[in-house]
Amino acid sequence: MRMSHTVRSVTHDFAGLKELLAKASPLRSGDELAGIGAATAEERVAARLVLADIPLKHFLDELIIPYESDEVSRLIVDAHDDAAFAPIASFTVGEFRNWLLDDQASGEALAALAPGLTPEMVAAVSKLMQAQDLIVVARKIRVVTRFRTTVGLSGRLSTRLQPNHPTDDPVGIAASIVDGLSLGSGDAVIGINPASDNVASVCTLLRLVDYAREKFAIPAQSCVLAHITTQMEALRQGAPIDLVFQSIGGTEATNQSFGINLALLDEAHQAARELHRGTVGDNVMYFETGQGSALSAGAHNGCDQQTLEARAYAVARRYRPMLVNTVVGFIGPEYLYDGKQIIRAGLEDHFCGKLLGLPMGCDVCYTNHAEADQDDMDTLLTLLGVAGVNYIMGVPGADDIMLNYQSTSFHDALYLRSALGLRPAPEFEAWLERGEFRRLTVNELLPAGGQSGVVI
Amino acid sequence: MTKELARNLRHYTSARVGLNRAGCGLATHEVLDFQLAHAQARDAVHAVIDVPSLRGGLRERGLPVCVLRSAAPDRATFLRHPDQGRVLSSESAAKLVEAPCDVVFVVADGLSALAVARHTLPVLDAVLPLLNHQWSVGPICIVEQGRVAIGDAIGAALQAKISVVLIGERPGLSSPDSLGAYITWAPRPGHTDAERNCISNIRPEGLEYAAAARMLAFYLHEALRQKLTGIKLKLVGDFQSGGIRSSLEAET
Repeated sequence: MRMSHTVRSVTHDFAGLKELLAKASPLRSGDELAGIGAATAEERVAARLVLADIPLKHFLDELIIPYESDEVSRLIVDAHDDAAFAPIASFTVGEFRNWLLDDQASGEALAALAPGLTPEMVAAVSKLMQAQDLIVVARKIRVVTRFRTTVGLSGRLSTRLQPNHPTDDPVGIAASIVDGLSLGSGDAVIGINPASDNVASVCTLLRLVDYAREKFAIPAQSCVLAHITTQMEALRQGAPIDLVFQSIGGTEATNQSFGINLALLDEAHQAARELHRGTVGDNVMYFETGQGSALSAGAHNGCDQQTLEARAYAVARRYRPMLVNTVVGFIGPEYLYDGKQIIRAGLEDHFCGKLLGLPMGCDVCYTNHAEADQDDMDTLLTLLGVAGVNYIMGVPGADDIMLNYQSTSFHDALYLRSALGLRPAPEFEAWLERGEFRRLTVNELLPAGGQSGVVI
Repeated sequence: MTKELARNLRHYTSARVGLNRAGCGLATHEVLDFQLAHAQARDAVHAVIDVPSLRGGLRERGLPVCVLRSAAPDRATFLRHPDQGRVLSSESAAKLVEAPCDVVFVVADGLSALAVARHTLPVLDAVLPLLNHQWSVGPICIVEQGRVAIGDAIGAALQAKISVVLIGERPGLSSPDSLGAYITWAPRPGHTDAERNCISNIRPEGLEYAAAARMLAFYLHEALRQKLTGIKLKLVGDFQSGGIRSSLEAET
């Protein structure tokens, strides 16, 4: 297929879908670093003009990473549902955008469409959208998941309580959990990033949260975000695993750099489901993603970072996860340079994930070497709230003292709920209303021995 | 939350727990506290190494010094193009001549020149006495706009058996001055992070100098004995808990 556009006698040619998608993407330092972005502002728009006229069907014929060499490509092709695709099969990318914005594309219609969409189609249409489009379409889609709480209902906003500590000190972690629960955080998950990725420490932290959860009858699920193989070993040793976590990417080689593949994820998903620990549902997986991870692993295959991010969602949806979030500003300024790029990327990721049927949350965040600050985070937080994000992070004072970056705080979640009239997950809201959280103290939270109870 | 509980929580963690509120949000002094910490971290990222002062301190100790630059001409390029921070400028590359040694210490600003300014001399003062007279130590190489892998180019040019890169880590709000140490056996361009060992969070409030120096000496002795570094070389022994992260997690 010829892909070119002429602006006043200057013809912009694009070698194929991969190049077209990269050049149509909004300015992004990661694509510049990879040397694949548009060379001029005019070329970027020319690419979008060409992209708008590409039939969606063409995405099924021209793969940006070959079927033979990449298991994510195989997953995308093999899982594609022709019947679900039928209503939009005759559209170009531009017509698809118009259709998405129309009222007839209801939440139900979009949910039914999801299995018929490939991540490349979704990434393509997002490149033709401005911020309000990304918000208004995502807002129509509710993706509801359940374990011990119900996350993603209309009018609700949940949070992951993230009580990290630089040395995994159970007492320090317990203090952050008390603070978060007291401020209404934790209904998506109580999820700890361990400083050291070993089975003993993962088991200790899982037991810490499980003890507190049972003692105070907290409707919540826990997760320790170690490598999936470490969590599987903890599971074999009898640790109380609720959600199984893994970082995932949009190419086989990216996943290889994370030490995973689909077979390993299949196995973990099966093992976690067999525990039957959920009370209101059986969504057991928790995935994190982020634009730039493929390039960072040297595994981007010449594709732009936003398209590859959408491909990571094709991996995620295979497992009907409880939670997916894009850790949007964590990776650093060589991929997303400033507040503007982080904000746009957060909205794109949320839109693409929701359109592909995922329960999207967002770690609204930045590092100290990025050109961003709290005002940028408040802006993205508010936009995502309007867009209907399932959950955000809750970190004490927005300052993660283990991972050294700034995320959103318990207070940020209170702000968003108050400004937009959003409520926590219903089970968790009922628990808060019972006032149980007023009994929480660090000593009460820890198993026998209180603060000397580092022996857990 | 009662004031007692808030105070109590702060006793157990350096996380920002038990913060004072104004409505749903934070009280004025909490917001300004955060802004100050962010300002300090930002300043640390954009600070430059005070080369004359560092060189002076090293020379006082009788240590030979070599001052180099990466290919990144300025901070903005350094931040956008990590690859340029991993190779030497052509002028700097031309300066280096073969001078075989057991270990070369490379001091690079990385993402916090503040960390380098504060902790380089104390760390060297603590670690050098732990290497006996049989160790030959190359010139201390100060690198402006450098990332971890710049130690590969320097170590290869000198023909050092091991390189140690002391580098400013990505600053956190509560730690604008964390120093990292990366140890690489047989340094040469093309090494991956899995082939290095890393000691992280070196600063008085994190991993103290003496403990960091003991770990570093352990790695150096073991690297020389086993002729390798990286995931196959595990830290064994009691050096004081905390502060160790896998080299793969390091962000500089």
